[in-house]
Amino acid sequence: MIFKLLQHFGRYLLMMWSSLQRPENTRMYYNETMRQMNDIGVGSLLIVILIALFIGAVTAVQFSYQLDGTLVPLYYIGYIVRDSTIIELAPTITCLVLAGKVGSNMAAEIGGMRQKEHIDAMEIMGVNTAGYLIMPKILGALVVIPLLVAIAAFVSIVGGYLAMVLTGSLSGEDYTMGVRSFFKEQNVSLMFVKSLVFAFLLTSISCYQGYHVRGGSIELGKASTNAVVISDIMILLSDYLIAAMFT
Amino acid sequence: MIRTENVIKSFNEQEVLKGITTEFFPGKTNLIIGRSGAGKTVLLKLLVGLMQPTAGEIFYGDVHFNRLNKNDMRTIRMKVGMLFQASALFDSLTVEQNIRFPLDMFTTMTAKEKLNRVNFCLERVNLDSNTINKKFPSEISGGMQKRVGIARAIVLDPEYLFCDEPNSGLDPKTAIVIDELIRSITIEKNMTTIINTHDMNSVMEIGDNIVLVHEGHLAWRGDKSQVLESDNQILQNFIFASPFLQRLRKAALK
Repeated sequence: MIFKLLQHFGRYLLMMWSSLQRPENTRMYYNETMRQMNDIGVGSLLIVILIALFIGAVTAVQFSYQLDGTLVPLYYIGYIVRDSTIIELAPTITCLVLAGKVGSNMAAEIGGMRQKEHIDAMEIMGVNTAGYLIMPKILGALVVIPLLVAIAAFVSIVGGYLAMVLTGSLSGEDYTMGVRSFFKEQNVSLMFVKSLVFAFLLTSISCYQGYHVRGGSIELGKASTNAVVISDIMILLSDYLIAAMFT
Repeated sequence: MIRTENVIKSFNEQEVLKGITTEFFPGKTNLIIGRSGAGKTVLLKLLVGLMQPTAGEIFYGDVHFNRLNKNDMRTIRMKVGMLFQASALFDSLTVEQNIRFPLDMFTTMTAKEKLNRVNFCLERVNLDSNTINKKFPSEISGGMQKRVGIARAIVLDPEYLFCDEPNSGLDPKTAIVIDELIRSITIEKNMTTIINTHDMNSVMEIGDNIVLVHEGHLAWRGDKSQVLESDNQILQNFIFASPFLQRLRKAALK
């Protein structure tokens, strides 16, 4: 078990090292990175907005229920929604969702190319396949996922506002006052650190699963599932480690 | 010329190739033949560097191919074209984009030069560039896919051409067309062409240098003119497998 884990880790490091080699043609890599940014960013925007909206709304409703009848002022709901969203919910939930949507797609795409001998064909042409197929995905994700997380954080706070104001639980002024209270800039930095780490993990792990797939459609399905499961576990583990280190 | 010296390949404890020493010549269609599971695909993958031999050496001219690092191997591979059994055309790219891919990646040609080169290669494999350029691989027949695969393989003017079972899944007539195409391109460009096949027609029509692999060993080597007269039993059992073909051989020998 441990030997197998070390074997996977070694192959993962070798794949990452190969992907860092100098590109054969910078323009081709640039075009591929742009395509990936479009696929990951624009392709995931709607689902990220939807999820963030409801997460903000649910957080606000839950805390409103928890604070009901206590001495804590209700405007704290805005403050709690903002901080829980920025520190935890936006980066973690967004990246868990993206591991399912983008990660499984990457594993299936690269795995399908492996099985149809497309990767072998590129290798024989002289293309550094790890570089061409994996690095643009990682770079694209590192640029776009923090932006998605920032959008998710904003939408989530708006979701909390809507849930409170539309139901009459809290006035807009009180919610906004809460959102503007006790603001720490370092929490936003923490959100971006998390989103960068999670973006790297979910793309590199998913690409590894696809790149080393063997066998047929069942193995491809397993690789896709493993990509999501392992990415999710690693995201949550690194979330804990970052929280332990920076807070 | 490509040369192998005592090439051995094992998977876990199983030895698939048991010491293959042979040569493949430029300007000739070199055939690796053998029954399914004989080890010919493994030999082809070793020759192109998709696998590393367990022991033994592979030379491209004077270059010790299997001792090269990845970057140097890539330099050699830019002189290599390969046609895959299932063509391995990129599904999401059109025919034109598929053939243009190596040009985009490795050359500084202008768009017009690239298009001219793509059209030239398509015409060389007897395809009409005007009708096929914008089609996707799924929209053309298996025979056309093979020809597009050949066009992509020769687009960078390779010195070495590898074909993995180019006739599989094709009707006999189309298979002959593909064989003839590969042979004429080989002679025209003086390429070292290595074809992995178990098609008897290919052996008898284009076998300039034939290597028979049987149970991981080199069982026979010769050319198509020597096949009929050879008394090698493994060769005869493979080429003239059916009673009908055995009768044909006897009639031809008379």
